[in-house]
Amino acid sequence: MDLPLPEILSAGHLYALTGAVLVGLGLYAFITLRHPLRQLLAVNVVGAGIFLILGSLGRGPEATDPLPQALVITGIVVAVALTAFGAAIIVRLAETRAAAKPADDDNARPEP
Amino acid sequence: MTLAFDLILCLMILGTAGIALFVRDALAAIAFFIAFGNLLGLAWLSLDAVNVAMAEIAIGAGVTGVLLILARARLLALGDDAASAATPLWLRLGALAACAGFVVLLAAAVLSIPPESGLDRVVAPLMPGLGIENRVTGVLLAFRAYDTLLETFVLLGALVAVWSLAPAGAWPGRPADPGMADAPMRRVAGTFSQLLLPVALVMAAYLVWAGSDLPGGAFQAGTVLAGGLFVAAMGGAIGLPSSDRPLLRAALVLGPAVFLAVGLAGVAAGGFLVYPEGMAKTLIVTIEYTLALSIGVTLALLVAGTPVPGAAGPNPDGKG
Amino acid sequence: MSWTDAVVLALLGTGLAFYAAGSLGLLRFPDTASRLHALTKADNLGLGLVALAAALYWGSLAVAAKIALVWLFAVIAAGTTSQLLARRTRLDEARLHEPHPDAADSARDGGPR
Repeated sequence: MDLPLPEILSAGHLYALTGAVLVGLGLYAFITLRHPLRQLLAVNVVGAGIFLILGSLGRGPEATDPLPQALVITGIVVAVALTAFGAAIIVRLAETRAAAKPADDDNARPEP
Repeated sequence: MTLAFDLILCLMILGTAGIALFVRDALAAIAFFIAFGNLLGLAWLSLDAVNVAMAEIAIGAGVTGVLLILARARLLALGDDAASAATPLWLRLGALAACAGFVVLLAAAVLSIPPESGLDRVVAPLMPGLGIENRVTGVLLAFRAYDTLLETFVLLGALVAVWSLAPAGAWPGRPADPGMADAPMRRVAGTFSQLLLPVALVMAAYLVWAGSDLPGGAFQAGTVLAGGLFVAAMGGAIGLPSSDRPLLRAALVLGPAVFLAVGLAGVAAGGFLVYPEGMAKTLIVTIEYTLALSIGVTLALLVAGTPVPGAAGPNPDGKG
Repeated sequence: MSWTDAVVLALLGTGLAFYAAGSLGLLRFPDTASRLHALTKADNLGLGLVALAAALYWGSLAVAAKIALVWLFAVIAAGTTSQLLARRTRLDEARLHEPHPDAADSARDGGPR
């Protein structure tokens, strides 16, 4: 049972607007949250919003445009690769910071 | 899909994203992020983009979620609980104003573009020449194959970058053993992974094959394989290999190398990455299978993380 | 509305009711073990009903077989993860109660249960 799509808002526009709001949410979170892991999450949300905008604007009446779909799939894979690298850097930084603290250990050697 | 469904789905997407970003506890944030990714997959399904839906749920929600959970666990072991610190009010108000303004501008720009599938009309008549029916696979591996080739190099490069973070004494070592410490848990995870790994292999092979005409493809298949491999490592069925094993390096490089070789061989047929007449489907399927293997191993190792000093796999041979 | 549609709707509705019950249990039960009960049992039954509805809706044997496989894997995964979660919870609770005088007994793994 399909409601007739109102002329003011088609499905493509609805999801694209959601993507725009996601970008804004993620950007706000990136600026105001200070912990790197949360900022990584925020960057991922921004990316997801951008992908939604890219893909939903290709939603035609019969089929969805395959080219933005391919771009979004590529984008998702690149995003996960960089998230993995970001997570590894965050963990490494925390390890170096924890090892450099001279608090408990008298002969604490800083890790290279 | 009806407008009511789309509207409710969009509100849920925004809600889970908001909670994932702003809740205090890091584990709750990551859990809601995974839910956000799954709802996003539903949104792609509603947009009739099934390939993207599979990629989003497998990679965007699945792999990213596991990455964040592992990172949080490692930070917790170092005493960092990843709760967000308080920020000054002026910063929050300024950021709110700036981001709200930006969203308004972006929404106006987005609303001014009518959604249409213009390039679908361009791609559709070219598909019979390739012999496959999945248009997204056609775009990924034939019409925009150059982008996909570079993307595989980016994945490999990210793995090299993660490996390069290893501390001085740990190279070439293994990543930290993701196996469970407690023996009964290890047994349960081990049995589960012994069931899952063969299923994951078959499912990955099927996804690549089906990706020619139905939704699927190398990236989705590679992620399923990576999931099977990593769960097997968690259950102790296989050990994580040390980074200098030649067979591992061969598996990692095989996909991009075959892709590049086909591309260079295409110079004889007319240009870089040009498929000769009638051989397009064969070459595409070959590239996709090798790519799925490489992507699977690369993603599993990306999730496993940086090599640590003194890590010993439970299985001295590692993955052969 | 044909006969099949009515059955599909009924199955979907019952499945949704079970999912709602599982979520209610997740929110209202006092501790992790009972919440796992609610989630694993109610949600998987709901999944089975929804899967049955989907299989009936499509009406093809091949699709029904694939849906059955999906349901099977979901159930196996849910069982495994709830086992692991429950075990983890017991270990954490045992570690919390360690300073007791009979700490050696309460902290040892694998009780009679």
